[in-house]
Amino acid sequence: MRLQYPSNVKIIQVPCSGRVDIIHLLRAVEDGADAVFVAGCLEGECHYLTGNLKARKRVNYVKKTLEELGIEPERVEMFNLSSGEGPRFAEIVREMVVRAKELGPSPIRISKAA
Amino acid sequence: MIVAERKPLNDIVKMVEPYRKVLILGCKGCVTVCNAGGVKEVGILASALKIAAKKEGKELIVGERTLERQCDPEYIEQVKDVIGEYEAVVSIACGVGPQFLAERYPETDIFPGVNTEFMGGALAHGVWTERCAGCGACLVHNFGGYCPIARCSKSLLNGPCGGSADGKCEIDKNVDCVWHLIVEKLTRQGKLDNLLQVQPPKSWTTARDGGPRKVIREDLAQ
Repeated sequence: MRLQYPSNVKIIQVPCSGRVDIIHLLRAVEDGADAVFVAGCLEGECHYLTGNLKARKRVNYVKKTLEELGIEPERVEMFNLSSGEGPRFAEIVREMVVRAKELGPSPIRISKAA
Repeated sequence: MIVAERKPLNDIVKMVEPYRKVLILGCKGCVTVCNAGGVKEVGILASALKIAAKKEGKELIVGERTLERQCDPEYIEQVKDVIGEYEAVVSIACGVGPQFLAERYPETDIFPGVNTEFMGGALAHGVWTERCAGCGACLVHNFGGYCPIARCSKSLLNGPCGGSADGKCEIDKNVDCVWHLIVEKLTRQGKLDNLLQVQPPKSWTTARDGGPRKVIREDLAQ
């Protein structure tokens, strides 16, 4: 398909979005990621039945944690799309990059630089 | 198990604010089972505290360790070589952990990272409920296996009260009236007459009301 999407997104492959844990998302934030998102399969389509539903709950947990710490919860997001939706993936990446730019650099990176 | 819940993050952030090097100490007992203070939660809390510190431009060194239990001196002893490296310890065991640590390591500042809630069990994954009030004189056999002390909002031993409606307690429609459950169970068993036996006023001297308690097994104690 050779779709274009911003190059500032680092992709980490996992067998199922259910593999993504709270600590993985927190570590990304801790290391200064401006935004993190989990791309899981469509709800109801999980090969392991509930992996993507669990991932969504964990993303929500991390959102709450960030909110408690005074960091914008929008920096973390969950998306659902099928593996056949390449164009949708590119669109999501663009959406998250726009969101990250609107939010500005992560407060963790700002204080690191200071 | 003893069921606990992590304290609000900001409370813990404030506790560790004056320190530069803290140890998060988990427990592999009850709090691991109720997902409040095991290896995983130690990692999550450590990361959250580091994020909070970095956000303020501070550097916080956070150590992570999880003991087999924090309610036995031999396990508390296992951190003796490392505890001196830290200015403070956040224990995410039940309330016993921070106290055992504080007694054994009087030089180190110890903080509780969880609120200890009750003795109970899991109704479903992620849902825990109170089942025992630790009264020191178990009576559940008189009530079809249900504990009216832990599960009746008024701890009535000769219930139900007038607030029971449709099997639910008047304090909250999501709380079962335990007396409703007791009557249903004994009716099914044909033993409803058991309830004709009036329970005398309970002696609470075996409970917390009698002061701090201690159990001594002469055959084990040295």
